[in-house]
Amino acid sequence: MSEKNTTQGKAQKRRSRGRWRALLTPLMAIVTALILGAVVIVVTDTSVYDAFGEGFGAGLLRIVEVVVTAYGSFFAGAFGDPARMVRGLSTWITTGDGSDWVQSLYPLTETLRYATPYIFAGLAVALGFRGGLFNIGAEGQYFIAGLTTVFVGYSLTGVPWFIHVPLALLAGILGGAAWGAIPGYLKAKTGAHEVINTIMLNYISFRLAEYMLDVGGPMARGDGRPVSPVIQPSAQLTQFFPSNPNIRFNVGFFIALLAAVFVYWLLFKTTIGYEIRTVGQNPRAAKYAGMNVPRTVVLTMALSGGLAGLAASHDILGVIGFMPNSFSSGYGFDAIALALLGNSHPFGVVLSSLLFGALQAGARNMQAIARVPLDLTDILQGLIIIFIAAPAIIRALYRLRTPDEGEGAVMTRGWGQL
Amino acid sequence: MPPVLELKGITKRFPGVLANDHIDLTLEEGKVLALLGENGAGKSTLMNVLYGLYTPDEGEIFVRGQKVDIHGPGDAIALGIGMVHQHFMLVPVLTVTENVMLGMESIKNKLFLDREVAAKRIHEISEQYGLDVDPYAMVGDLPVGIQQRVEIIKLLYRQADILILDEPTAVLTPQEVHGLFQVIRSLLAKGKSIIFISHKLKEVLEISDSIVVLRGGRIAGSALPQESNERSLASLMVGREVILTVAKEKAQPKEPVLEVKNLRVMGEGAHVVVRDVSFDVRAGEIVGVAGVQGNGQTELVESLTGLRPAQGGAVRLLGKDVTHASPRVITEAGTSHVPEDRQRDGLVLSYPIADNLIMNTYYLPPIARGVVLQEAAIKERAERLVAEYDVRTPSIMTPVGSLSGGNQQKVIVARELSRPDQLVIASQPTRGLDVGSIEYIHSQLIRKRDEGAAVLVVSAELDEILSLADRIVVMFEGRIMDIVPIEKATREDIGLLMAGIHPDEHGADVVATKEAA
Repeated sequence: MSEKNTTQGKAQKRRSRGRWRALLTPLMAIVTALILGAVVIVVTDTSVYDAFGEGFGAGLLRIVEVVVTAYGSFFAGAFGDPARMVRGLSTWITTGDGSDWVQSLYPLTETLRYATPYIFAGLAVALGFRGGLFNIGAEGQYFIAGLTTVFVGYSLTGVPWFIHVPLALLAGILGGAAWGAIPGYLKAKTGAHEVINTIMLNYISFRLAEYMLDVGGPMARGDGRPVSPVIQPSAQLTQFFPSNPNIRFNVGFFIALLAAVFVYWLLFKTTIGYEIRTVGQNPRAAKYAGMNVPRTVVLTMALSGGLAGLAASHDILGVIGFMPNSFSSGYGFDAIALALLGNSHPFGVVLSSLLFGALQAGARNMQAIARVPLDLTDILQGLIIIFIAAPAIIRALYRLRTPDEGEGAVMTRGWGQL
Repeated sequence: MPPVLELKGITKRFPGVLANDHIDLTLEEGKVLALLGENGAGKSTLMNVLYGLYTPDEGEIFVRGQKVDIHGPGDAIALGIGMVHQHFMLVPVLTVTENVMLGMESIKNKLFLDREVAAKRIHEISEQYGLDVDPYAMVGDLPVGIQQRVEIIKLLYRQADILILDEPTAVLTPQEVHGLFQVIRSLLAKGKSIIFISHKLKEVLEISDSIVVLRGGRIAGSALPQESNERSLASLMVGREVILTVAKEKAQPKEPVLEVKNLRVMGEGAHVVVRDVSFDVRAGEIVGVAGVQGNGQTELVESLTGLRPAQGGAVRLLGKDVTHASPRVITEAGTSHVPEDRQRDGLVLSYPIADNLIMNTYYLPPIARGVVLQEAAIKERAERLVAEYDVRTPSIMTPVGSLSGGNQQKVIVARELSRPDQLVIASQPTRGLDVGSIEYIHSQLIRKRDEGAAVLVVSAELDEILSLADRIVVMFEGRIMDIVPIEKATREDIGLLMAGIHPDEHGADVVATKEAA
């Protein structure tokens, strides 16, 4: 008995070690991407060449300067300036004026604000992956959910916020879920591949949103601009720093964290999640076990779409306040990278979303201060994804050990197999 | 003269496993050394060490008396060691010649392949050893037995004189095995030496000059074929006395549990593969379905378990019509199903054992309360079943995919037979398993029968049917040729029926069919 216990203890220790090692690879991927990003910054900066014209030492010095300025402003933009936070805090304590302190938190809140829709959309794609479905349609589901959520947001009047906000969120969930369920149903009934159908539905949803919001469209504001009416104040997500209009950080971030916990619970602690994962891992075994495979496929796509819809609800109810025609977010596509980066695990998605949020917030500051183009974010994101998708590169570079194969996500599967 | 190959004290460790523990082997020139052992005994590891795919932690290898270091297949080939893997390493869309040339192509004019030169040599080799292979045939078109010869030609083309054959008979029909043994004898006559890896006792006794038995990474013993028999070898392999024939009482059949009438089932190609099949299975008996693979047995089982729709006829389970019922309805009505392909249908390989054990009860209390899975109940159940059904695993959280085939099958058997069901359908229940696991699974099926369940066993192994079944249903081209009670069944008659030939003189069997129908 005791011998059995120790072998189990060892197995447990091995598992927890494996978990750390699972985090090590993405971490090294990020570091490597930052290093390569620095190379890109240096070689695209003409002042470096000028400095090398003056002499080799000056050139090297300039390289260090450029990288420190760029990444310095990057980190300041993503996480804030600690010195300023301390100053703001002491002003607040001594004079009672907290506005500097709040303003010093602005970078951090921007990171969290950018991360919020990423979490929702990343969860959407991750849930699909767990169910063996590749939902490329998060972007389209985001658009439809934007329409439904904004409609409830502006058209419903005279209701208190604690009814209006949940209703508007629900509208977003249902809009996304309905749009996601369509390719799910087509897959379940006809075997039509969800990759193709979600891409097609993306285009339909873009054009549908254009029609609804264009000047003279059914949902246009009617002031000659292709945007929806502004939502009622009662539909706004609670803001944490209403005194500072720059800060758009709102309760949506915590709803996203709750959503991540919910998806984790659903996937790993319930019979529904067991069905979703079994269908994803081995649909034949799922059928053998008596599971209703077509129903599970539709359900997975609907849940995925609903999560993608919440990303739109957050942006409209918490940040923008209306729906513009040119609403293109790109979240739906970044979400695929987020799910991959987070190994299709809800908590992994939260971590990767925070990273992408920081990249977005930091890059804007880097552009403003160090004059490094915003596009560097795309390069960094791209590099991180390449290194995550090809972990062999990172493992070879840093001589890490190959982790044990566990239950991952099914990324692709042939046509029409259920 | 020194032996052609000698291994001394070979030791190979993997994390947590001692795969080879001080193995000594000696292969004499012109002889067959059989390496016998259950799955996971360390045979493949040892051969991979010899072939240079693994580096041993300890030990030495001598080829013709010279100490050698083998760092890869290239070194092994240079020393004249060649290996035919269990899964062939051939490119189906290339010809025999192109496959054989692959890696050491003859070139003409510095640019073009010289197929003629290679084909000529292949023809010579083929003649010399009686292999009878057309150098210009497309490999994908050749039967498995001939593909194996192509693998052997590849080795001879590279002038190997120590040939390792890894489970060479696993994929062959009895006739092809016979042909392979002839080839082996002609190889020996030309001075080649062979290591023959198998867990099939009959074959080892027939072909080898000496036998080494591995168990748990160690040498469990060596034997000479003329001084051994199947029983003694099986005991060495498993480490205890093995009962090769299943001990069971005479069946006490009671009321019919499964009644199949005129069942028609369509196959993949939308043609009928089960044609108007009628039989029944009674409580307390085992009905065996015999037949060469691909005569409708797979589709029959899929239809009975709800995985494939019936096109006509009726299936009744405990008097209830389940012809068009879903798998879940059939399971809940009291059916266990051990599927034909355990990895494809029966398991989720990436799941831990515990999660695989709840596959058809995951939604029922005590495993689930509402939609919430009860982890404590799942763990408790897994611990109990793993102990009860002797699944060898480090923990119940080990992914099933990392278990051996025998232990994977035990996980399925534990899941299916632990339920109080009235009908057990087991399809190829022991395919690819070792002696110990086969013995265990057979005893479990008989236990179910003796507890009063109706048991339907489908197997392509006639021996398995003959030792388990109380009545035998023989299928040929989707039809039932005959239903034979075990007392009247002879290996020859069943074999003829499996080939679609009615032994007319056995009038009694025809009567039996009518009774059953």
